[in-house]
Amino acid sequence: MSERKIRVLVGKPGLDGHDRGAKTIAAVLRDHGMEVIYTGLHQTPEMIAETALQEDVDVVGLSILSGAHMTLFPRVREELEKRGMAHVLLTGGGIISAEDMEELSKLGFSKLFGPGTPTEEIANWIQSTMEERWKNEEVSR
Amino acid sequence: MQSASEMAERLLAGDRAALARSISWAENADPRYPGLLGSIYPRVGKAWRIGITGPPGAGKSTLTNALVAHLRERGETVGILAIDPSSPFSGGALLGDRIRMEERTADPGVYIRSMASRKSHGGLARAATDACDVMDAFGFSTILMETVGVGQSEYDVVAAADTVVVVMCPGAGDGIQAMKAGILEVADVLVVNKSDLDGADRLALDLEDAVRMRDIRRPRDLAASARWAPPVVSTSATGAGDGIDALLEAVDAHRAWLEAADLEASRRHRRVDQVRRVVGERLEEELWGPRGKREQAETLLGNSKTPYDVAEEILNSVLESRTGAGPDAGDRTSTPGDASR
Repeated sequence: MSERKIRVLVGKPGLDGHDRGAKTIAAVLRDHGMEVIYTGLHQTPEMIAETALQEDVDVVGLSILSGAHMTLFPRVREELEKRGMAHVLLTGGGIISAEDMEELSKLGFSKLFGPGTPTEEIANWIQSTMEERWKNEEVSR
Repeated sequence: MQSASEMAERLLAGDRAALARSISWAENADPRYPGLLGSIYPRVGKAWRIGITGPPGAGKSTLTNALVAHLRERGETVGILAIDPSSPFSGGALLGDRIRMEERTADPGVYIRSMASRKSHGGLARAATDACDVMDAFGFSTILMETVGVGQSEYDVVAAADTVVVVMCPGAGDGIQAMKAGILEVADVLVVNKSDLDGADRLALDLEDAVRMRDIRRPRDLAASARWAPPVVSTSATGAGDGIDALLEAVDAHRAWLEAADLEASRRHRRVDQVRRVVGERLEEELWGPRGKREQAETLLGNSKTPYDVAEEILNSVLESRTGAGPDAGDRTSTPGDASR
């Protein structure tokens, strides 16, 4: 019988053509046994949220290097909520200052990863957070 | 926790989040899925299911995207199941087919779902068929299933479609490749994609020859008199989408032929295939799941018995416990939907 897999959307919102990081993360998460839906570049918040809904993902990971995270991340969150997808685990990475991370954590991005983060750390955080969530779901069933 | 009947209600009311979650239930073999399918089953069977397969890089996703554009133009709604392989090492998967179809993301008449092949043979075809059933009940008029054409489990997936389109492109081997077992037998329509490249005309001619050399039909489905020779269509799916109209015409022609021949028989056989997969998965779980026979097998093997001796003993113990089990025993004679084997 098939076990449940962590499904992750990896996407790049906005006008930012640097997808090396996103591709690296996608490959790392795959190598940790996750099913990664890779959306590619230039995604609007609506596209990201709609894809998350259609694919019934557990996690949305956003990569951004353009500096527009304070605009785009909250918009993604909004669009997800609009579609009843507030339960999705939100995370991301890129060039984001500590103050901005602090601000975004209040909006549901409980953990964001900056340059130099070992990829292992990101995969492990997603894995342990999801395992914890699923355990709680079991209990409440 | 959502119950199966609540989920069915939301699904039939057109809730796309419920559609997505229902497919997850099917994929994860969630215990609520059988109940859900039971509630929506009367609505299954209206959609035309098209399987699209071919070697990696032949242009399946691009072709699918072009097909969707044409189907939408004629007012159809489309559900798409895009299957990519899971890594046999990590169990993970990178699902990237949506990139070729991103302009469809915002179209309310289109739903795209990526599915990883995961590890099991029968399991993929079972889950893919379930996903199609769910999309069918949701109300899409056409369902496209797209998968890389390598090996038995992918073959099983596309064989569950009403019309199977096999996509090839020049530069990936000569006509003899196309005559290898499996490719021609499963195809209802053959596509030479990237028809603007050198060698495309040659490949199309080779395929037409190969079709003529075979006594083509899908023998397990239909009566011996039913014949369908797969047409060969040349397409160039990028840009203006040359040949996509012709491809749709070929699919329509196959549909008309199958409906006239015996669509019901063809679909009945596929439902029996699905019954077999479900039975297979349940048996596998019962025999080798957490409460299975592994320990018993290890103990028996310790007594210097051969694997065959041990298998015999385990099989006998299972069959005996079944025949003695009273209420279950009677169920075996009633295979749903098929009395003509």
